[in-house]
Amino acid sequence: MAKRTVDVAVIGSGPGGLAAAIAAKKEGAGNVLVVERDVEMGGILLQCIHHGFGTEILGADLPGPAYAQRFEQEAISLGVETLLDTMVLDITPTRQIVAASESSGLLEVQARSIVLAMGCRERTRAQITLPGARPAGVYTAGMAQRFVNVEGFVPGRRIVILGSGDIGMIMARRLTFEGAKVARVVEIMPFLSGLMRNYVQCLLDFDIPLQLGHTISRIIGRRRVEAVEVVQVDDQWRPVPGTEEIIPCDTLLLSVGLIPENELSRNVGVALDPVTGGPYVDERFETTMPGIFAAGNVVHVYDLVDWVTEAGYVAGKHAARFAAGDRAGQLDYVRLEAGENVRYVVPHVLTRDQLPGESIKLQMRARQPIEKPVWVELRDGEKRLIRRAERYARPGEMLTLVLPERSYEDVRQAETLTVNVLER
Amino acid sequence: MASNNYDVIVIGAGVVGSLVARALSRYKLRILLIEKESDVGAGTTAANSAIVHAGYDPVPGSLKATLNVAGNRLWDALASDLDFAFDRRGDYVVATGEQEIPHLRALVERGRRNGVLGLTIISGDEMRHREPHINPGVSAALFAATGGICDPFAITVAAAENAVMNGVTLLLETAFEEFVIERERIVAVKTTRGTFGCRWAVNAAGLFSDEVMHHAGVRPEFTITPRRGEYLVLDKAEITIETVLFPVPTPVSKGIVVAATTHGNIVIGPTAHEIDDRQDTEVTRIGLEQVWQGTAKLVPGLDRRHVIATFAGLRAAGNARCETPGVDYDHDFVVEIPQNVAGFVNLGGIESPGLTSAPAIAERVVQMLKDAGERLEERPDWNPVRPARPRFRDLSRQEQAQLVRRDPRYGRIVCRCETVMEGEIVAEIHAPIPARTYDALKRRTWLGTGRCQGAFDTPRVVSILARELGLSPLEVTKKGPGSELLVRPTKSGAGMVGRE
Ligand SMILES: Cc1cc2nc3c(=O)[nH]c(=O)nc-3n(C[C@H](O)[C@H](O)[C@H](O)COP(=O)(O)OP(=O)(O)OC[C@H]3O[C@@H](n4cnc5c(N)ncnc54)[C@H](O)[C@@H]3O)c2cc1C
Ligand SMILES: Cc1cc2nc3c(=O)[nH]c(=O)nc-3n(C[C@H](O)[C@H](O)[C@H](O)COP(=O)(O)OP(=O)(O)OC[C@H]3O[C@@H](n4cnc5c(N)ncnc54)[C@H](O)[C@@H]3O)c2cc1C
Repeated sequence: MAKRTVDVAVIGSGPGGLAAAIAAKKEGAGNVLVVERDVEMGGILLQCIHHGFGTEILGADLPGPAYAQRFEQEAISLGVETLLDTMVLDITPTRQIVAASESSGLLEVQARSIVLAMGCRERTRAQITLPGARPAGVYTAGMAQRFVNVEGFVPGRRIVILGSGDIGMIMARRLTFEGAKVARVVEIMPFLSGLMRNYVQCLLDFDIPLQLGHTISRIIGRRRVEAVEVVQVDDQWRPVPGTEEIIPCDTLLLSVGLIPENELSRNVGVALDPVTGGPYVDERFETTMPGIFAAGNVVHVYDLVDWVTEAGYVAGKHAARFAAGDRAGQLDYVRLEAGENVRYVVPHVLTRDQLPGESIKLQMRARQPIEKPVWVELRDGEKRLIRRAERYARPGEMLTLVLPERSYEDVRQAETLTVNVLER
Repeated sequence: MASNNYDVIVIGAGVVGSLVARALSRYKLRILLIEKESDVGAGTTAANSAIVHAGYDPVPGSLKATLNVAGNRLWDALASDLDFAFDRRGDYVVATGEQEIPHLRALVERGRRNGVLGLTIISGDEMRHREPHINPGVSAALFAATGGICDPFAITVAAAENAVMNGVTLLLETAFEEFVIERERIVAVKTTRGTFGCRWAVNAAGLFSDEVMHHAGVRPEFTITPRRGEYLVLDKAEITIETVLFPVPTPVSKGIVVAATTHGNIVIGPTAHEIDDRQDTEVTRIGLEQVWQGTAKLVPGLDRRHVIATFAGLRAAGNARCETPGVDYDHDFVVEIPQNVAGFVNLGGIESPGLTSAPAIAERVVQMLKDAGERLEERPDWNPVRPARPRFRDLSRQEQAQLVRRDPRYGRIVCRCETVMEGEIVAEIHAPIPARTYDALKRRTWLGTGRCQGAFDTPRVVSILARELGLSPLEVTKKGPGSELLVRPTKSGAGMVGRE
């Protein structure tokens, strides 16, 4: 087995991994290695050929592959090494990586620090528990996106989409361009799960009906999908008898959410948050295992790629510092809790004495939509540290609260901090 | 025309037909095995409880009882010859409450009459010790040491492959249509791919075995009533079950089972629901709910969030009267060479414990042919051994490294959840029975069965199948004609971004 040693190993070359590699290099790490299982760098962005990437940090509106390319070029010019077409199979607590590839066989990499940047995958629970037959023609929206945008094939002619996630809505538009008929988007929740902007640009503009509070109760068709049965649900998500409707179609796409990809993290012993599906992290994106950092969708599912890149910068910088031996003994943490109408907040903890010399972004998702002005606030019990006004809160759109350096003293005094999203 | 003539034609490549073909391949016979689906083992054999029953359940004196117990004894040797997953870890019938304990004694007595060895009754405490997650209310349990679990598809593919290695011709996507009968003797079989002459035809058509025998003019009163059984598969999670747990049976059913699988998961089910359509393997909301209710009696702590698959299988329940004098039983297997037509081996109503019994059914077919005066001459070059192909995930790091060195395609990932490599897929596509569809690869390698349910591997598998078989991706199917995965190229054309 081939063996080598590096300062920082990054697993995954999506925007999170590329940013981490860039930041690690800039922070002075000697050798930085990115391991990617695909044959190209860029992660999931490569199949997102629509525009809408980079508006926040590049001030440009790019298609996914172009966004990825910028960071790929920067990484390479900084001397980041890459191993493509190479799958990481295993990580050990002492930060050894075992990977496999067609060109170099099985190899072992000893890293001083690791950044996990494996991204996310699509949820399939709905697919698994959907009653009915098991014909061809049931795909996740991301799989359909790859078939259309990368392989160049259309998976169906008449399509029903379950779930109002962003990829599903984007694929509704994409498949309409390809001459397919998208009969309906069905969402079990009483509200949209993706971005409002995608609802307007991908569904409304193309007269594709969205049906909230409904789900699919049966797949019909022996060899290929022939129809699906749609049914209304009550407030417990149970089907309401008598509301069944059969919709003929040859394809069912599922866009029911994304979930961080953490098989490697789980196996090495990194503690995972059951709410986000990703590792518990501090503000430097270090996980519960020393020297193992995480960035991007592997931590929690972001709505915009720009925030993934920013998170990658933070993780990469601190991974480089760790690799350089810059670690002051045992760490003491202040806990950050999801309070009123907050499903989760990342980071999960703040280091009491190691807070970095820059402001920290607290990112969260609301539990319920509030379609009127809200406060996003951070509290230590009775004491409010900071708050910020937003025009609305929607579960589909991440909320951010910036913790300025002037609040650090308050943080150090606290045991537990709470974030709330409240009506103004 | 000569090449279209066979000594034996076996109709149906489920576990029964495949083992029959393999058993006959030992002799100097020209054998044809036909199957209407695109793969072997795609019928009932692919969807059942996968339990190798000890044999305490069938009515004493019935063919089911005899063949179950005889079949059970053949599994170890078969598993070592054919290299498929089989694990004799025992099974339990679990009694809850004092009133159920007498049922266990009755089963022990029945097992004794059927010739089952290794049956003991253990205390509730002992049961709780052996399976800590069991219902705390368990009062006692019957332990059957000869019970086991297997991969039913794996034994079928292994048997069919070994048959092919030994000269049997397998034709997939070839459906039986009717017999050509001359002077009360079957002389040929008409199929969707032409007519093939034969001296013997074997009915191993499972759910359609009644129709096939009626074409031969045999047992017009015999009918199959399909009875659907629905299941859930749970991921390896906090709760593990190491063996097979049955509730105390009711007069109509063996009840909802909780069983370990050879793949390390837990399977729960089946329901029992009579239906009209012999191909309707839909799972239903109500059925799955019944499975959960039944399971609660055995292992109350199982969690719905760990479901990774659902499926349904159809029991080929027949209505043949048991021929043993004095035994009053109306749902026995049919394993016979009937009197009223020559050249016909009739296997019908092979419902549970049909999987367990299949090796014994195959041996009995050989014996019946001998008894019918067929001169079976052994082939000197018959090879009963079929080695399995390597599964990357089951190898040590060192073996993995060796494999990749020998064939670099074992270094490229195709299914990330189950760690299936391109080399494994290519090997299956070029195996003695080529895997030509997505489902054929899935059943052989377990790709696409993990958490992402094929979202990652499907595009990759489509392109590998297309490349290896010389097809367009548009021709790649999930399970044969009519189940194509893609409908047309995009407007800007296929392969915009060249990858492979
Ligand atoms: C199907 C899909 C479509 C999306 N579409 C959009 C969209 O249209 N617009 C939008 O703003 N956001 C979209 N997103 C969200 C998008 O994922 C993020 O904005 C961003 O790309 C996440 O970056 P990342 O670096 O965290 O992960 P990714 O971009 O997913 O990168 C992770 C990388 O890690 C690699 N990897 C994983 N495991 C291993 C391993 N064991 N060994 C080696 N390499 C490994 C993967 O191959 C991948 O290249 C989509 C997400 C998905 C899943
Ligand atoms: C819910 C359930 C649970 C079970 N659990 C167990 C268990 O735990 N243990 C056990 O021992 N048994 C069990 N069984 C029984 C066992 O699965 C069956 O007895 C066994 O699989 C039957 O195998 P077979 O080859 O006869 O049938 P099949 O697998 O159905 O094979 C018949 C084949 O014939 C083909 N065919 C049909 N018509 C034609 C035609 N016209 N032309 C060409 N080909 C044709 C079919 O496509 C099929 O592939 C269970 C069954 C069910 C349904």
